[in-house]
Amino acid sequence: MSVTTVTDLPAGPAVPAAAPALRGRLSLPLSLLLVAPLVLLLAWAFFLPIGRLLLTSVTEPTLTLTNYRRLITQPLYAEVILRTVWISFACTAAALLLGYPVAALMARPGRVVPKIAAVCVMVPLWTSVLVRSYAWIILLDRKGVINTLLVQSGVIAKPLTMLYTDGAVLMAMTHVLLPFMILPIYSSLRSLPVDLPRAAANLGAGRVRVFFAVTLPLSLPGVFAGCLLVFVMALGFYVTPALLGGPQTLMIATLIGQQATELLDWPFAGAISCVLLVLSLGMVITFKRLLRLDRVVAHD
Amino acid sequence: MTDGATGARASGGEWLFHAICVLVLLFLMVPTLLIVPMSFSATAYLTFPPAGFSFEWYHTFLTDPEWIDATLFSLRVAALTTLASTVVGTMGALALVRGRLPGRQTIEALLLAPLIVPPIIVAIGVYLQFAPLGLTGTLPGFVLIHTALAVPYVVLVVSAALQRLPPSLEMAGLNLGGSRLACFRRITLPLIAPSILAGAVFAFLASFDETVVSFFISGVEHKTVTRKLFEDIEFNLSPVIAAASTVFVVSTILMMWLADASKKAATQ
Repeated sequence: MSVTTVTDLPAGPAVPAAAPALRGRLSLPLSLLLVAPLVLLLAWAFFLPIGRLLLTSVTEPTLTLTNYRRLITQPLYAEVILRTVWISFACTAAALLLGYPVAALMARPGRVVPKIAAVCVMVPLWTSVLVRSYAWIILLDRKGVINTLLVQSGVIAKPLTMLYTDGAVLMAMTHVLLPFMILPIYSSLRSLPVDLPRAAANLGAGRVRVFFAVTLPLSLPGVFAGCLLVFVMALGFYVTPALLGGPQTLMIATLIGQQATELLDWPFAGAISCVLLVLSLGMVITFKRLLRLDRVVAHD
Repeated sequence: MTDGATGARASGGEWLFHAICVLVLLFLMVPTLLIVPMSFSATAYLTFPPAGFSFEWYHTFLTDPEWIDATLFSLRVAALTTLASTVVGTMGALALVRGRLPGRQTIEALLLAPLIVPPIIVAIGVYLQFAPLGLTGTLPGFVLIHTALAVPYVVLVVSAALQRLPPSLEMAGLNLGGSRLACFRRITLPLIAPSILAGAVFAFLASFDETVVSFFISGVEHKTVTRKLFEDIEFNLSPVIAAASTVFVVSTILMMWLADASKKAATQ
């Protein structure tokens, strides 16, 4: 991330030492002026609202920790948090198992097959989460695609209840988050020199051994980044659990929404938000170096 | 697709690998593509396979005032968000890459927060902040928060372009007597324009697709199309949703393809 500075330029002997630095970079007042709208906007519209929400959790109605005590002492809430962590974990594991082979396919040499795989990964990524959750409703509904096909082919006699269960939420979330697993792994596999697996093969290692001794260890940064990204996004997921989950499958995000809109208990919503924020940011800060968000956004 | 020495042993393992890949790719694509046949269904409720063929639901989408209002409102919000975040983000990127800023790294780290913080937290916080000011359910309110959420994409993409661009080009312009502004307009801007365009497309889609915050700050009068979709999915599963979704997915793919093409043109 180092910025190329003026020192890279051949400085003529006539130029005084301080001059190049002054000419190459924008002055301090100009820099501040340029960055001010960005900083003010983020501070006012993003950081201040979140800060105030977290603050209400300890100041309303008076300075108190009641909201947090309620969160700890009532088993319902601990259950929601545990379910969220469990679904996020399962979702991450499923995405890793399903995503790694596709990332490997995309990273292979050749023109047609990797390109098709890339399209199959990008098109869902560019499709709204709402649309993809809706598609899963069509698939899993009692009168949906899967039940119709199973009943018509005589595999089952009566339609199964699949919608509004943990399984439905898990499946749809895995589908939605899978591209975020595939892209970082693909990125690290792409930057892996082809000579290395080839050299291992020439030295007599079989395909399995080449994979476990060379390819997999060298792709671990991508694997970690993908896992972290999927896990953190799953922790805070709102849309899919709200649409596909039943009353029995509350997750942290849907619980926050419920507390805020149905029960109008903002301070308690703030307390749950605080827990979610600590979980998400804690994960990201702990594993910060593994997460290359700029890479995911640029996906190249 | 030659694997050198191992090519001869392309056998059971290779076959299994491809079979797994095909299954996962089907898992990715089938639910996404399923909405297309559903949108041409002739019945008012969802059946599979779709009974008959009609454009009825596209007609409904294009004539129902609720869908039109929501779509137009989302387009207005997204257009203004694109404009605001492109200008604010490009200015910020210039300051971060070319400027002399104290605390540059802190700003860069904080910029990633909108991409990491769960949207539900932003939604509730923003509702609490905007409601007393009368900003919920209004165009300025949506544009403000969508710009805050979309601007990091612009900063990231434009910063990357500025870092690839050698400062010597701008220096040459300055040395030839051009003003700072003239150098930016005639040298820097044309060279980073494709990245700005790519950032603009990201910002547009980030706003148009934004669901959770829009859901919570939508009003009775002004709602975004994502809020409308959300309500309809929850309360009446009409095939209009499939028709609307198909229109949005096709437009999104076209826009991303455009952004990708312009970014490729920039790096080549």
